[in-house]
Amino acid sequence: MKIGVAIEAVAAAERELADELIAVGERHKPHHDLFQLTKTLARIERGHVDALAPHAPRYETEVGDGDGAPDPGPLRTAVEKGAELLGRRPEAGLLLLRDLRRLHVCAAGVSLDWVALGQAAQAAKDAELLATVTACHSETLRTLKWTTYRLKEAAPQVLTS
Amino acid sequence: MSTTDADPAAVHPRIADPWGARTPYPRDSEWPVRVDQHLAPGVDEDDVDWFLSASILHSNGDEIDIAVKDGRIVGVRGDRHSRVNRGRLGPKDLFGWQANASPERLTRPLLREAGELHETDWDTAMERIVSRSKELLSESGPGAFGFYTSGQLFLEDYYTLSMMTRAGIGTNHLDGNTRLCTATAGEALKESFGSDGQPGSYADVDHADAICCYGHNVAETQTVLWMRMLDRLSGPDRPRLLVVDPRRTPVAREANIHLALRSGTNLALLNALVHELIARDWIDHDYVEANAVGFEELAGSVEGCTPEWAAGICGLEPREISAAAELIGTTDRLLSTVLQGLYQSHQATAAACQVNNIHILRGMLGQPGCGVLQMNGQPTAQNTRETGADGDLPGFRNWANDAPVEELAWLWNVQLAQIPHYGPPTHAMEIFRYCEEGSIRFLWVSATNPAVSLPELERIRSILAEERLFLVVQDIFLTETARFADVVLPAATWGEKLGTFTNADRTVHLSEKAVDPPGEARPDMDIFRDYAERMGFTDKEGAPLIKWSDPEGAFEAWKECSRGRPCDYSGITYERLREPHDLQWPVTDERPDGTERLYADADFHAHPDDCESYGKDLLTGAPLDPPEYRALNPDGQAILKAADYVPPHEQPGDEHEFRLNTGRNIYHFHTRTKTARAPELQAAAPEPWVELSPADAESLGIGEGDMVEVASPRGSIVAPARITDIREGVVFVPFHYGYWDTDGGDSPNGAARAANELTITDWDPASKQPLYKVAPVSVRKA
Repeated sequence: MKIGVAIEAVAAAERELADELIAVGERHKPHHDLFQLTKTLARIERGHVDALAPHAPRYETEVGDGDGAPDPGPLRTAVEKGAELLGRRPEAGLLLLRDLRRLHVCAAGVSLDWVALGQAAQAAKDAELLATVTACHSETLRTLKWTTYRLKEAAPQVLTS
Repeated sequence: MSTTDADPAAVHPRIADPWGARTPYPRDSEWPVRVDQHLAPGVDEDDVDWFLSASILHSNGDEIDIAVKDGRIVGVRGDRHSRVNRGRLGPKDLFGWQANASPERLTRPLLREAGELHETDWDTAMERIVSRSKELLSESGPGAFGFYTSGQLFLEDYYTLSMMTRAGIGTNHLDGNTRLCTATAGEALKESFGSDGQPGSYADVDHADAICCYGHNVAETQTVLWMRMLDRLSGPDRPRLLVVDPRRTPVAREANIHLALRSGTNLALLNALVHELIARDWIDHDYVEANAVGFEELAGSVEGCTPEWAAGICGLEPREISAAAELIGTTDRLLSTVLQGLYQSHQATAAACQVNNIHILRGMLGQPGCGVLQMNGQPTAQNTRETGADGDLPGFRNWANDAPVEELAWLWNVQLAQIPHYGPPTHAMEIFRYCEEGSIRFLWVSATNPAVSLPELERIRSILAEERLFLVVQDIFLTETARFADVVLPAATWGEKLGTFTNADRTVHLSEKAVDPPGEARPDMDIFRDYAERMGFTDKEGAPLIKWSDPEGAFEAWKECSRGRPCDYSGITYERLREPHDLQWPVTDERPDGTERLYADADFHAHPDDCESYGKDLLTGAPLDPPEYRALNPDGQAILKAADYVPPHEQPGDEHEFRLNTGRNIYHFHTRTKTARAPELQAAAPEPWVELSPADAESLGIGEGDMVEVASPRGSIVAPARITDIREGVVFVPFHYGYWDTDGGDSPNGAARAANELTITDWDPASKQPLYKVAPVSVRKA
């Protein structure tokens, strides 16, 4: 039985996605929607780790809680300040497309991890785990779709200006 | 009620009592006529000529006759035949017309030379705009152009602008300031019913047994609609009134239940109300089964949203929420109205959709007294939406569906690819973002004043002042925004040009040209046409793109564009609009007298082939794919949208412990460009103020009239305190006041006073409407 490994994998991937969301939001602070929404989405993704936690002991593992990396303090301020300055230059758009692509790939990875765990939960007839997987996965898919939408929205202006 | 100014120093009775005398009436009867009139001192009503029009100082659409003597506007009177106002006028209607004759009107174009604006002639001004446009079009393409228009022009102006930008320039970057006032109304209607279109009618007030005003201070924003409600409330079959508002507004004072909730928590409250309707089975199951999709998802989403849960979030008592649900759940005729308290707040679209959900769940749509009024903030916002001058395509066409866009290309006789439809039209906040980053380098602002009305003004001023941005401002006064312009174009306004516009309950008005515009000022449509001609915009056969030369020609072209669409004007003519009988769209061969209520037979425009939008995820704004929507709603039923409450992005903390609520006042409209130039209105509310609760005032040592400083991370303002019954922890500042009538001119000189110095740059993910009612602020005695 390697379901414990799969649970750990999802938890690790979710933490990484949440960190990436925050990092991208800060790098593109002048895109206010992105800056705000990435925080909300990161909180939701971290919540998935909390949702998995009660299932972990059944598979002899633990995932901890969803808390993210500690606040980098002055570093974060520097990143945001840099973003504001860069935000006055059109070239920042290319960086935005690259970051959205990275977020998309990251979210797609998490989504696949949920698929694997969901399949395993069905095979192991663990209805409780399956319910958690289904609920969390739909939220990760929403994040994934948002990355596509946001890239679609940004690309024409970035690439034709 | 006829009034004339005997003593100009005295406060006019209609300033002192803005709603005038009551004319109570019982349920299911006709609202009595009361004709309000105001003429300049010394003018006799027998000596004037009357011209048909309606108000453009709010969104109610009060029909007004303009009095003219010796070529000048000398007064107004309410139209007794109007289904909207039945003769009544509000204070802005009674006095606002005086601004037309202000000596400060722009009468000649202005051009920036060596840093200063100088008068010039039309040819020079237009050639400057055209040469810059051509240069930029060949250098950077259509994406470098942005157009930001208004909710105060006429339908003919907007349709011309929409065609000129989308098919002429070929840019997606066109939006209206309607984004700030009515975007959520449109979006919520699209989400719930597949397409924009106001379901209800003002006449629902005559028939309702319960009226719910969600974030809608109707007494100040639509004074005449409030008169109608007051007349029912003081009549024999008084409807019950529920008011959701953190302030104790004149509407709240009349309420049976007033929920003074914490700012930014509307969705938590509404989810709890829906929870109660389901838990207590106040649901029309047959209606829902036959006419809606999404019930299971909605029920699941609100499962935990008990009154106790919401009470903690909203700062209310659980029993207040249960009582509100009972008021909604036990009435047979429910009228709901919604405005900025929801639209300009956190989770705007999700909250507005829950109001639609209540009506779907209760099966109360399209019948007398059973209506939803998702209100508009501005007088002609409806037409900005209809004609696609606002970030939609004309005629409520779906940008994500090629068939309706092909139809538009056929109508305009251009190639399909000339009309950008690879993504949603760019919303105003993104247009300004593109200006900020420098990818838009040409911005044409018509009839609006972003330097006062957009959030975070320091940022907006820095964008408008950017050297690389070529800024054209078309207005009737030298506004704060106009002072940043490279070229200023003087426009004609209401009473000086012919055209039509439509109010929030789909009533179409004709507004006659009563007087000549001042100096060289020109109608907005003529300015757009002139630009299109000078730019050489053509259709695919090389003929001029815009084929009309007068307002009626534009209207006839619009009728064809609207034919078969939900907002169908095909049965309307200027001649019919001059008759006393009002018309509400759709007006077609089958419905020649118009349509009082939409969806009487659950005939929604929500079919996948017909809908304006496939809908969006309300948390992220990501649109549904066409196949997803087709699977969700194959038969075009109403859609019960669900969304979870999430806390506002910025939370009050140690430093900024209050929530700022910005809003409107009864005596002013928008950025006061007109109303401050009407002496009675300006005297009634000459300067901004800060409203705070008695408890907060006491703990801060602030007395009535003391100067207080309100600060956010973005800026600060100073204004005198008014201690009112507002909810503790919330402060209110009216947003109307900028700097054009101060020493600063376009920005603060000394302490700032514009509420939007404080607001946050953030918007609803679905409607893209900015958030004006949640910014954390600090308050202290100045």
